[in-house]
Amino acid sequence: MMKAGTTKNRDLQIFAGLMALALIAPLAIYPVFLMKVLCFALFALAFNLLIGYVGLLSFGHAMFFGGAAYISGHVVKVWGWSPEMGIIAGTACAALLGLAAGSLAIRRQGIYFAMVTLALAQMVFFFCLQAPFTKGEDGIQAIPRRPVLGLFDLSDDRAFYYLVLGIFAFGFLVIWRTIHSPFGQVLKAIRENEPRAISLGYRVDQYKLLAFVLSAALTGMAGATKALVFQLASLTDVAWQMSGEVVLMTLVGGMGTVFGPIIGAGVIITMQNYLAGFGEWVLVIQGAIFVVVVMAFRKGIVGEIQAWWQRRSRNQA
Amino acid sequence: MRFKHLFVTTAAVLAAGAANAQMSDGVIKIGVMNDQSGLYADVSGPGGTWAAKKAVEDYGAAAKGMKVEVVFADHQNKPDIGSNVVRQWLDVDKVDVVVDVPTSSVALAVNQIVKEKNKVFLVSGAATADLTGPACTPNTVHWTYDTWALANGTGKAIVQTGGKSWFFLTADYAFGHALERDTKAVVEANGGKVVGAVRHPFPGTDFSSFLLQAQGSKAQIIALANAGGDTINSIKQAAEFGIVEGGQKLAGMLMFDTDIHALGLKTAQGLNFTTAWYWDANDNNRAFAKDFSAANGGKYPTMVHAGIYSSVIHYLKAVEALKSDADGAKVVAKMKEMPSEDKLFGKGSVRVDGRHIHDMYLVEVKKPGDSKKPWDYMTVKKTIPAAEAFRPLAEGKCPLVKS
Repeated sequence: MMKAGTTKNRDLQIFAGLMALALIAPLAIYPVFLMKVLCFALFALAFNLLIGYVGLLSFGHAMFFGGAAYISGHVVKVWGWSPEMGIIAGTACAALLGLAAGSLAIRRQGIYFAMVTLALAQMVFFFCLQAPFTKGEDGIQAIPRRPVLGLFDLSDDRAFYYLVLGIFAFGFLVIWRTIHSPFGQVLKAIRENEPRAISLGYRVDQYKLLAFVLSAALTGMAGATKALVFQLASLTDVAWQMSGEVVLMTLVGGMGTVFGPIIGAGVIITMQNYLAGFGEWVLVIQGAIFVVVVMAFRKGIVGEIQAWWQRRSRNQA
Repeated sequence: MRFKHLFVTTAAVLAAGAANAQMSDGVIKIGVMNDQSGLYADVSGPGGTWAAKKAVEDYGAAAKGMKVEVVFADHQNKPDIGSNVVRQWLDVDKVDVVVDVPTSSVALAVNQIVKEKNKVFLVSGAATADLTGPACTPNTVHWTYDTWALANGTGKAIVQTGGKSWFFLTADYAFGHALERDTKAVVEANGGKVVGAVRHPFPGTDFSSFLLQAQGSKAQIIALANAGGDTINSIKQAAEFGIVEGGQKLAGMLMFDTDIHALGLKTAQGLNFTTAWYWDANDNNRAFAKDFSAANGGKYPTMVHAGIYSSVIHYLKAVEALKSDADGAKVVAKMKEMPSEDKLFGKGSVRVDGRHIHDMYLVEVKKPGDSKKPWDYMTVKKTIPAAEAFRPLAEGKCPLVKS
């Protein structure tokens, strides 16, 4: 077995490598596409915190993603706030929404938990469909890209890319720290055996709620950033399909792995982008890939690579 | 042998390069974006791409040394997909002009992006009159029709023939809201009364509860402020409730030939609506319709297809006159300066707010017995002259219009 310390270091080394790649990526790849991948990668990471480390399958994360997108779009466009304040406002609202939804949902487990979150998300969806400030089907359009901190001009896609990269790195490190903290250990203990964690004296519900709020807040951060990148907050962000998409990304990449969600988001977004010519058939293709992943590599792309790596090092040892 | 081949190719490329030296990246790239598979696919859809290609061919772009390429995409009627595609088109794929874009919510989003990147946006499929009103930009030309023109044509005609009380069944997005607003203004200005309105989700499938509300309102006219598949479904379901037998009249505020085709004359007969173009109006239109139908599996062109054709021709003229497609605002300024003329829309002009001005027609759907040939669905009741067909410049609140 590898020692925990070396795993941690290895993760950070890989992350540093990825960041170095990401720094030069806009030279070769369209920055708006990269920003989309980063926003969804952060979304999937936040979702993975819940399903991968606490074992809670939320089917309503779109409410945090889309809700925060609407909030940040509204405060930036209508109230004239700066982008950093917009993102903070979106994140804060998602956290509050997460607190409300979470305190209801964590009372149940398994399929019931998923259904409660789905039901709450649908309520948020219909609220967004009808509330006047979201502009219904039109969405909040033409959200301005103001200079961040009043200094850096964001109208240039590359400049904005580095801001998004910074937000992504921040989100990743928060999640990474959480997973490797004592708090994260308790979460894993709850995932493995909840009655035992209770019998050891942990207040399981409070741990779960905190993890839920954290996941909601980071999801909100991703959604708020996406709204500013695309200058649009629309119903797509808050629809239940979005909740499904993030499940797909996490499972394809590898549930409960540190990098899986990032890879999963990259794969799914790339597919959506380059297969867009097939119109609604993209959904069918996605579905087929999902089936293949579930049948052939249960652990997801990163999960399988990790398992292979461990088998190999064990054989060598 | 191989060297000679290489030499010839290089020379050809260089020559082509010289001829197109003024075009950004040497190619005029036209991006047709619309609904390729959903409820508006018959209104423009794949036929829209065909119409743009046909315009390039008829204009003789190749013979004039202009290299023109047509690409297309499906926006699935979602603003986020539409704006993603357009951003990528303009940033990466070097598209110079975006064409068509039905679904007003998507068109409004595209409108902003095209302005930001200083390219050209030729609207044919979208209806909202806001595109030449508060949302007008120096980069957008709205070609075929708009909500104001529809309201003005159909609304006025119905009130004047005795339809005094109205109830609206409205698609709940930018287009429906604009159409309801503009029609309401016309109805009230002509002495009619609006007794109520209900908004249905877009795209909708089940209209029964909305239709029952409309029936309960006892209004003489139930105005359908929706389009494409939504209009077809609401008319069909209205027939199931016996709304027309009950003495109320339906008014499709935006109807296309393809809608009539889907409904059948038995259901659709007697409907009045306003259109910018009808395929059976003259020989030029009939010839276009014949080519269109041969290439599109027997379907006939709508006004949106004709508008795409006509707007692309005028765009190419402006680019040829400028010898450059690089500056979108300049191309549009040229389009406004030059009078437009082509075989489908005849003579016309583009106003300072981006509105293309031409005659509109009030038509009535024929009775099944009067239809003599395939797609022979309508009779033109009245021509609305260009000067009266569109919203007066001063009333649009377009920032480009100086009062």
